[in-house]
Amino acid sequence: MTTIDTRAETVTDDTAADTTSDQPYEAGEILLSSPVAHWLISADHKRIGRTYLGAAFLTVLATIVINILLAVERTDGDSVVLDEGVLAQLLDGQRVGMVFGTLLPLAMALCVIVVPLQLGARALAFPRMAVVGFWIWFGGAIAFAIALANNGGSLGGSEDMVSLFFASIAMMAVGLTATAVAIATSVLTTRAPGITLRRTPFFSWSALIFSLGVIVVMPVLVGALTYLFIDHRYPRQGFGGNAGFYTWAGWILTQPATYLFAIPAIGVFAELLPVVFGKRTPARGVMIAGLGLVGVAALSAVTQQNIQNLPWEGGGFNTDNLGDKFQDLAPYVIFNAIPLLGLLLVFLMGLVLAKPDEEEGFGFYLTSSFLFAFFGFGMILVGMVGGIVYALDDLGVQGTVFEEGVIVYVAYGGLLGLMGGIAHWVPKWRGGIFPVSVAVPLALLGVLATILASFPHYVAGLLDQEGGLFYSNSDLLIWNVLVLVGHGLMLAVVLIFIAALVMLVKADPDGNDSPDPWNAQTIEWSTTSPAPDENFVDIPMVQSAEPMYDMKDERRSATGDGGDS
Amino acid sequence: MTLALPAAPAPAPRRQLLVGSIFGATTMIMLTGSMLGIWALQRTRSLDAFDTWVPDGVTIPEVPSNVMLVAFVGVGVMVQWAHWAAMHGDRAHTVLALSLTGLFGILIINAQAFIWFQMGMGVADGTYQAMFYAITGMFVVLLIIGVLFTMVAAFRFIGGREDDRELLAGHAIYWYTVAVCYAGIWFVVYVTK
Repeated sequence: MTTIDTRAETVTDDTAADTTSDQPYEAGEILLSSPVAHWLISADHKRIGRTYLGAAFLTVLATIVINILLAVERTDGDSVVLDEGVLAQLLDGQRVGMVFGTLLPLAMALCVIVVPLQLGARALAFPRMAVVGFWIWFGGAIAFAIALANNGGSLGGSEDMVSLFFASIAMMAVGLTATAVAIATSVLTTRAPGITLRRTPFFSWSALIFSLGVIVVMPVLVGALTYLFIDHRYPRQGFGGNAGFYTWAGWILTQPATYLFAIPAIGVFAELLPVVFGKRTPARGVMIAGLGLVGVAALSAVTQQNIQNLPWEGGGFNTDNLGDKFQDLAPYVIFNAIPLLGLLLVFLMGLVLAKPDEEEGFGFYLTSSFLFAFFGFGMILVGMVGGIVYALDDLGVQGTVFEEGVIVYVAYGGLLGLMGGIAHWVPKWRGGIFPVSVAVPLALLGVLATILASFPHYVAGLLDQEGGLFYSNSDLLIWNVLVLVGHGLMLAVVLIFIAALVMLVKADPDGNDSPDPWNAQTIEWSTTSPAPDENFVDIPMVQSAEPMYDMKDERRSATGDGGDS
Repeated sequence: MTLALPAAPAPAPRRQLLVGSIFGATTMIMLTGSMLGIWALQRTRSLDAFDTWVPDGVTIPEVPSNVMLVAFVGVGVMVQWAHWAAMHGDRAHTVLALSLTGLFGILIINAQAFIWFQMGMGVADGTYQAMFYAITGMFVVLLIIGVLFTMVAAFRFIGGREDDRELLAGHAIYWYTVAVCYAGIWFVVYVTK
């Protein structure tokens, strides 16, 4: 079966209305047509994605609140501000929340909503697997919260809750892998005729790289967690019990593995560049290669190393022992520098697109989503540079809060980028346009929040503030207060963003929304806003990477209109 | 104004189930590879520190583990037979081959249970024991999923879904991958010890 020519097996409003017909399986249809079933088991990718999105924002908010609590604790470096018994759990919650509660679910949500639309498909491949994946992830997230709230976690004292802690992370990994299989299969098998892999839109390409990475990385984590679980339950010898969590599975929560999870946010930036500059992308292969190179981070994750460092402490920059040094340098460059190179290639393509045309001059059309995507991209870039610096043993920042600054840059940068994606595609999955008057100040506030929440930790790390919650040097206080302000601002940004989204969702679509409000290039903008149940009335025929520009050019040629494209 | 792209002709099927099966196979290989990698690391550490890895008194039964490996050759033949028969519209042979695949799967599970019984270790006895049960237990889960997959494929065929040949291709990929995973486990856990 292929989902581009076959009706999606969705539970639609039509079936809800037609429950009296004398059809076989009538009882099943009545059951499926209930509103609860719509949300629980719907195979409509937009509905699955919206469910993912709602749950993901809950976990994002929870993660930011945990960040705030930890920052409050750090406002007094000598003593305990919060209850001493919860600090270890908060640290676990922060680390796991940044990856499994922020980057991953938001990226999955956006991919599930957007990828079929961009590919001209009527449905996601294996939609029920994606639904099951969502519920397993969400169940894991709830179990994780229960475990932490009841003295679980890597330093927890309750045996059962520590077991639940391991099991919950494994559940989240399994659920996300199931969704990733659906996304990757969609990109490879449901593209409309004419969309070759080279013509695949940049965001869908980033979704493919991201989901392939998740498929490769998460089973490795599940394998490690299986050993940790058994070791914790029984002998507690070989893996250090629950305290061995960061030794054996901590690599998934640190750099460079986290770069992999930020790829869809980079894909949003790549997708929006041709939109805001109103041009076709020359040398698409460079952009595609750039996004692919960031995926090299996946290879780091499967090595299960917590850090791909350069252990040349104490004057390593000389020609002694070149063979050994090359052995150190190779993984350092591959896992830290190549993802950064990929990011720089994407940025380079941005500069190429920004170059003024000889005929039309400099064209720039600011959309409500681009600032989010641009700032998100920038923050991820700064995080990656921090990751490269952190891995240099000679700088002596390992074991300090510098590393926390890196992951906050990557996670909040990814969050901003994905919020840009949500704002960009909201006309297609809900209708309406995210207001520019809200988006611009919110994006500016978001980048300020990210910088405040992370850059002071770069500084404090260079000033030797150790990782964890305590420090004795009172000069470090100011940096920790700034971090608190940053996390607080980010909470406000996310809350306002959610409020604006809810207002859009609650407003009734008037049916007069422009199908192409951004003058974009990919085929999802050829269908109505919001898109109908099966996305397209007819499967579109695509003849280039920018089919909407083709159509507009044809129309201009036909009418002799020389206006803007 | 809505700009309409020209409608495309009905696209050729793109073997979604086959691609999904390949991704499923990838996850199984990564899972097994991860567990074997950690096994090898712990083994090396134990040998370096204590000059021993397999605890005293633990004997690894080699006969059933070798029988399991040979049985996977049989599984490979059966799944290929099932696929070949389905491609030729031979319903009887397809169902027979699937039934035999399921039977082989159950026999392999039985052999693994026999190994556990013969070794007589407790999971809490030590690191080796815990890791042994973790990796072999994970493998049995893969086997059980395989047997269920075979049953689903067989019942669909018996139920008349005879055109669903892609399912059998995915089914074959699944079992081949389980065989590859077992080959790794056999070499690292049962041969290298």
